[in-house]
Amino acid sequence: MLSFLPHFALPPTPALFAQLLIGLINGAFYAMLSLGLAVIFGMLNIINFTHGAQYMLGAFCAWLALNYLGIGYWPALILAPLAVAAAGIVLERLFLRHIYRLDHLYGLLLTFGLALIIEGVFRQYYGSSGQPYSIPSELNGAHDLGFMFLPNYRAWVILASLAVCIGTWFLIERTRLGAYLRAATENPVLVQAFGINVPRMVTLTYGFGAALAAFAGVLAAPIYQVSPLMGSNIIVVVFAVVVIGGMGSILGAVASGFVLGVIEGLTKVFYPEASNTVIFVVMAIVLLAKPAGFFGRAA
Amino acid sequence: MMQTKIILAATALVALGAVSAAAQSDGPVKIGVLNDMAGLYADLGGKASVVAAEMAAEDAGLVLGKKVEVISADHQNKPDVGSSMARQWYDQDGVDLIIDIPTSSVALAVNEVSREKKKIVIFTGPASSDLTGPKCNAYSAHWAYDTYALAHVTGSAVVKSGGDTWFFVTADYAFGHALERDTAEVVKAAGGKVLGDVQVPINTADFSSYLLQAQASKAKIIGLANAGADTVNSIKQGAEFGIVEGGQKFAALLVFITDVHSLGLKAAQGLQLTSPFYWDMNDETRAFSKRFADRVGHPPSLDHAGVYSGAAHYLKAVKAIGTKDPDKVMAQMRAMPINDFMTKNGKLREDGRVIRDMYLFQVKKPSESKAPWDYYKLIETVPGDQAFRPIDKGDCPLVKKN
Repeated sequence: MLSFLPHFALPPTPALFAQLLIGLINGAFYAMLSLGLAVIFGMLNIINFTHGAQYMLGAFCAWLALNYLGIGYWPALILAPLAVAAAGIVLERLFLRHIYRLDHLYGLLLTFGLALIIEGVFRQYYGSSGQPYSIPSELNGAHDLGFMFLPNYRAWVILASLAVCIGTWFLIERTRLGAYLRAATENPVLVQAFGINVPRMVTLTYGFGAALAAFAGVLAAPIYQVSPLMGSNIIVVVFAVVVIGGMGSILGAVASGFVLGVIEGLTKVFYPEASNTVIFVVMAIVLLAKPAGFFGRAA
Repeated sequence: MMQTKIILAATALVALGAVSAAAQSDGPVKIGVLNDMAGLYADLGGKASVVAAEMAAEDAGLVLGKKVEVISADHQNKPDVGSSMARQWYDQDGVDLIIDIPTSSVALAVNEVSREKKKIVIFTGPASSDLTGPKCNAYSAHWAYDTYALAHVTGSAVVKSGGDTWFFVTADYAFGHALERDTAEVVKAAGGKVLGDVQVPINTADFSSYLLQAQASKAKIIGLANAGADTVNSIKQGAEFGIVEGGQKFAALLVFITDVHSLGLKAAQGLQLTSPFYWDMNDETRAFSKRFADRVGHPPSLDHAGVYSGAAHYLKAVKAIGTKDPDKVMAQMRAMPINDFMTKNGKLREDGRVIRDMYLFQVKKPSESKAPWDYYKLIETVPGDQAFRPIDKGDCPLVKKN
């Protein structure tokens, strides 16, 4: 009966630590992407399926900037999110603002359709194998931690995403701007009566969410191929992460991102064949036990 | 009045059905290109394979008095999508030849449909040697390459140069399993050892965990039993984790020129790979590749070349005997030697295997490459009868045991 668990042998502890670290790094991507989704859903009540395409756009912006404008990685970390945020704001102004009052499903369908269009256009021009993008020279090489060689770039990914996640949480939970945002979600009419420009805040929030996705995309460009398919590959998993953490909860999104990255990492060691599906299994279990997710507020 | 309308409509539909049914057996030769149009294998085949088939159709001119039609569909790497498309094509759309079909799991499914319907299929894209082994089919031709040839040409070369301990990173489906199995046999037969393997779901973006396991195994060679974007990601991330600096080497068992293009020469240099075709080998390959590149924008991969070669041979056979009858055409394809820009005196065997010369290439260093797509140098030519599995070793039920 245990024949379907062929790899159930505990690896030596150093190797296990290495795998946990890898899981954390992947979790960092999940955390950043689900943060953007959670912010957009929490503030705008839109299920933003275009998030994966915005992640891909961020990576492509970095690649295009390098190959056509000679702009390297570090400026791209700022410029790509700005560019994608601008594109996102255009999207929001043209399409999304008309459907806020409608059922969530419309937002999902619209953003899904937009994602397919964006991805299709890029696939038409760039194929599916992906483009090469090198790790910036300052981050090349690896450090010998004793139990593994940790590539410097991957260490940078964890630090950058932690910084972004903590920064965003601080912005939303501890600053006045964040307070306005949260108030506007609760009662937009009243907040507008106080003289705060709610529609503009909403637009900027969507842009910010898109920028988060693009930032994750630039971080991903040197280690995953810059490919038109990179968004659709990851977005389904990220949605599962957000559902587990609770839609709309920022802390939930970040925490479940990291935790699920680690769980997936461990699955890759013990039963790699299931590594694609383990997050969805967890999602199914969590939904059965706690339908609103771990940190979510019941809708 | 309503009843009359219904009767008229029904009659029209029946007449339409009767007309299209009749059209199938007298209609033009129809070739269906079935492959992955949008996923991880879209670049090695994809829409460019359709262009290759169209080129073969145009070069054949009028076959049985009519122009050859080429249609295409996306099998999305899903066996059920592929087999229902094949069924529809054979049964309703009058397709006489289905060609390409990368992704071995889909190929095996379509193989069963071809066997059931007794209609011809030419496999240029998929790798699994099972297609001419236990699953051999009298109506199929495995045209370009297979896992056995890859294992024996690349695998032997790597073992001969000192790579005697292996760890496999395998795509967890029919193709990966077949490639790992065939290569492991070569390694063991040469006195080497397989230290372990890890099965990875197809279309994985992040190989870091599996590469760490490969590093921990301390095997001299990390065999990549995967293809397309999976291979590209494995090699790219392997560079990050210092696999090569640590003294281990990658053996990429299936590499297409589109993968090398995607990796860039800096990352891919030194890789050894087996292929039945390279665009820059001689004047004939260059002439075809120029025609192809003018239409598509880049040189052909071995799959694209294979689609042209297979379709052209099929059309030659139909013209020679003057009928589309599958049994007669298969017999004619076996009787005629295969000669085109990529094949010299190739032979279609009883088990469906095309025997052709295979070439071992090495990816050039960036300094050695003088032009775009100038990626390979030829290391060795292995004659077909040595590269492919002997006909009696494959467990093919069609082969009479003497």
